[in-house]
Amino acid sequence: MNNELSLYVHIPFCVRKCLYCDFLSFGDKESLMEDYFKALSKELKEGAGDYRDREVKTVFFGGGTPSLPKAEYICDILSDIKENYRLSENAEISLELNPGTASFDKMRSYKDAGFNRLSIGIQSFNDEELKKLGRIHDSATALRTYEDARRAGFDNINIDIMSALPGQSVESYLNTLSRAVKLSPEHISAYSLIIEEGTPFFDMDLDLPNEEADRDMYHKTAEMLLEHGYHRYEISNYAKDGFECRHNKVYWKRGDYLGVGLGAASLIDNVRFNNTRDLKEYLTSSDIIKRDTEELSVKAQMEEFMFLGLRLTEGIRTADFKREFGKTVFDVYDEVIDKYLLMTFLELCDEDMNITDDKEKTAYLKLSEQGLDVCNTIMADFLF
Amino acid sequence: MSHLDQSKIRNFCIVAHIDHGKSTLADRIIEETGTLTEREMQEQVLDNMDIERERGITIKSQAVRMIYKAKDGEEYTFNMIDTPGHVDFGYEVSRSLAACDGAILVVDATQGVEAQTLANVYMALDHDLDVFPVINKIDLPSAQPQEVKDEIEDVIGIEAQDAPLISAKNGIGIEDVLEAVVNKIPAPTGDAGKPLTALIFDSIYDSYRGVIVFVRVRDGVLKKGMKVRFMATGAESEVVEVGYFGPGRFIPNDELSAGDVGYFTASIKNIQDTRVGDTVTDSTSPCAEALPGYKKVMPMVYCGLYPADSAHYSDLRDALEKLQLNDASLFYEPETSQALGFGFRAGFLGLLHLEVIQERLEREYDLNLVTTAPGVVYKVHKNDGTVFDLTNPSNLPDPTEIDYMEEPMVNGEIMVTTDYVGAIMQLCQERRGKYISTDYIEQTRAILKYELPLNEIIYDFFDALKSRSRGYASFDYELKGYERSELVKLDILINREEVDALSFIVHKDGAYERGRKMCEKLKEEIPRHLFEVPIQAAVGGKIIARETVKAYRKDVLAKCYGGDITRKKKLLEKQKEGKKKMRQIGNVEVPQAAFLSVLKLDSTD
Repeated sequence: MNNELSLYVHIPFCVRKCLYCDFLSFGDKESLMEDYFKALSKELKEGAGDYRDREVKTVFFGGGTPSLPKAEYICDILSDIKENYRLSENAEISLELNPGTASFDKMRSYKDAGFNRLSIGIQSFNDEELKKLGRIHDSATALRTYEDARRAGFDNINIDIMSALPGQSVESYLNTLSRAVKLSPEHISAYSLIIEEGTPFFDMDLDLPNEEADRDMYHKTAEMLLEHGYHRYEISNYAKDGFECRHNKVYWKRGDYLGVGLGAASLIDNVRFNNTRDLKEYLTSSDIIKRDTEELSVKAQMEEFMFLGLRLTEGIRTADFKREFGKTVFDVYDEVIDKYLLMTFLELCDEDMNITDDKEKTAYLKLSEQGLDVCNTIMADFLF
Repeated sequence: MSHLDQSKIRNFCIVAHIDHGKSTLADRIIEETGTLTEREMQEQVLDNMDIERERGITIKSQAVRMIYKAKDGEEYTFNMIDTPGHVDFGYEVSRSLAACDGAILVVDATQGVEAQTLANVYMALDHDLDVFPVINKIDLPSAQPQEVKDEIEDVIGIEAQDAPLISAKNGIGIEDVLEAVVNKIPAPTGDAGKPLTALIFDSIYDSYRGVIVFVRVRDGVLKKGMKVRFMATGAESEVVEVGYFGPGRFIPNDELSAGDVGYFTASIKNIQDTRVGDTVTDSTSPCAEALPGYKKVMPMVYCGLYPADSAHYSDLRDALEKLQLNDASLFYEPETSQALGFGFRAGFLGLLHLEVIQERLEREYDLNLVTTAPGVVYKVHKNDGTVFDLTNPSNLPDPTEIDYMEEPMVNGEIMVTTDYVGAIMQLCQERRGKYISTDYIEQTRAILKYELPLNEIIYDFFDALKSRSRGYASFDYELKGYERSELVKLDILINREEVDALSFIVHKDGAYERGRKMCEKLKEEIPRHLFEVPIQAAVGGKIIARETVKAYRKDVLAKCYGGDITRKKKLLEKQKEGKKKMRQIGNVEVPQAAFLSVLKLDSTD
């Protein structure tokens, strides 16, 4: 039985939906907000009983745009968490924030309430690109938001930026990246845009950078950020030492997390489930609506362990696999591992992260740098 | 009950060039005779295979019995047998014709006589059928009925001035056709008192009733409960059910007598016992000799058929066995390929026949197939003086053992409007055609005669012909015989591994061109891998062309957080599934379509 827990709180409101976004969010439904936060508070309180013995190590408010509603709504929810759960002393408590929705005063309120990490969705410092994405802010606003956050006392800040945007050149992207670096945030998430089905972008005729340019952007990101003291720890995530996002690592290492709010996903004791995605139902139902409950078979757990763990640059810890499943990763996946070792897409590392070819000495199994670029094919091979 | 009065029976078929409206006319005749009410009437009821309806062509012969009350006050029984229009199915046509006494020739009032019109009419005349023409599509603005009548008389030499002018689509003139059937098609002339003599013109397999045999009774009577003998095989069976053909269903009856067309079942388990073309007779008092039957047809095109999943080998074998039952022109024997495993080498009358069989196997038998490039039968003369037929390129001996090779040639006739004569001559030139002659049948149309190697026309010749003449050319051919030719085997290497299933025989002058195109086409078909995949064409171990499928550089999901995991896993599963549908050649995954798509290489692309 796991005695740790992470909490994810979903805030499904946005000024408007960005053209590439496939997260669950609604436009500006101010009228619904009050009801929503009531329901959220209720869900948190009612659910707490099941997790009384667990220590909550991380909390993440994501969206949507958590910085859109009045700060008191958000801060009250955090109070609910503190009152009803065993929140760890040094818990990482993050909030997603979008430029153009959060004033300095709001940020002060977050800080006072106990939030200790902000994730700012800047995406680009090029106004043209921002417009094409359907974002509501421009680069000047983004800059001001960042400075306000610092003034409000946040000393752990992430900046989201995006590559492979429509009409984006490698130069323009590198310009955004270097401006982000200049701000010296503790953490940078650098994503390549994914065109998801069901988003407006999916049906649009976009002038997207070709694959070469896309990879060029990704590789230069790693280079430039390393020069400035950021290490890559996941496919799209970079941090200064000691500032890796603890909450997100729970997802990749398959720690237990409870999602609260509309459509939020949970993994508790190897059972995955989701809240309803129907806003009306969420607001009116007297019970917490858990959906799609899936008890993961041992095979499914192994599959997840591999394809999630391999997202991390350190890869999977062979000792963790052994502890979890009672056999070594080589017992289960020897053939696949050998195939990709031979193609140099996988690497074995010893306890000190030095590459080895001795399976006995292996402490980590990880994707090589080339392997990270084409990891889907490799991960798919770890499915049974 | 007395037997049906033969003078009131009319057994006929409809022949036409493709698209001239044969099946539509058949529908109208069924409708007009009240055999089906309008509610029951579906578009083209006789084309009851999915493929037939989708492609608008008739592949299998279909028969239907109707009752028509004629203007003379008498009731007539019509047995109408629908026949395929495509040259590849000439064999089917010939089988159906043998069950008929006459034929309606449908000619499009806007197109006139075409190559297939001639081919089918000659076949009908060969079977001693009385043929009368009808002019269809007279309601179209470009219809020229008088010109077409004249043309029929000039080109075919049959009386056409009183041909019914009709529109099958809009139901104009259908009664005139029915009257013409009564008056112009002769009644059968068998003798119900003689011993049973019935010709098998088709058969199908039904999982409940066993083989259902389609017969035309020449003499005698076929009754439920009687014991019959299949003269070619000597097999005997007791007749369980006798009946005639309702539209789309079988209608049991007590008997079939001389002149009648219908079916019977006899709990026949061994489907090899009933051969199309064989004669059925009464076991207790057999007829003196069998009916002439049919000319044996030789497959002209061969290809490999493999189950995509090797576990389905026996399913494929069963399916081929059943298809052969009602398609005697289909030939197959087991073979093995290094790339594709266990499968069959199958022989067909032409490429359309091949495609149809392939589609039927996939649809009717739910099989997932890999088909290899079709080839013709070559004659290989070895240095030791022996000669053998080569149907699979992989079996070609080492060049040092070969004295020379021969390939099959055809006499081709292309009917084309004069505007496109140049384009078509160019095409024939490219296909190694030897020019014979040009005959102008009227001012705007000509018949081009060429001698062509069969292997040049089995791939995409029809498509090329259509596209270069904007659909105005039609083509007919007959096998001429074998000629000596400079042939080589072209091998394809994927990631440096020779793929036997992609090898084929080609004229040495065309090897470079075809090799290059094959590589280009395969480059399009083979998905990118984690590594570079070279695709090479080689003749006698020498590389003559190369393309490279570049390794992909990006295949990554940038984001994957708590709420995404289930969905992202599904994406990975989908990716894995996609790979399963491909053929593994070495460590390269090749989509099944790649094995056939390399056929479509016309140079105007």
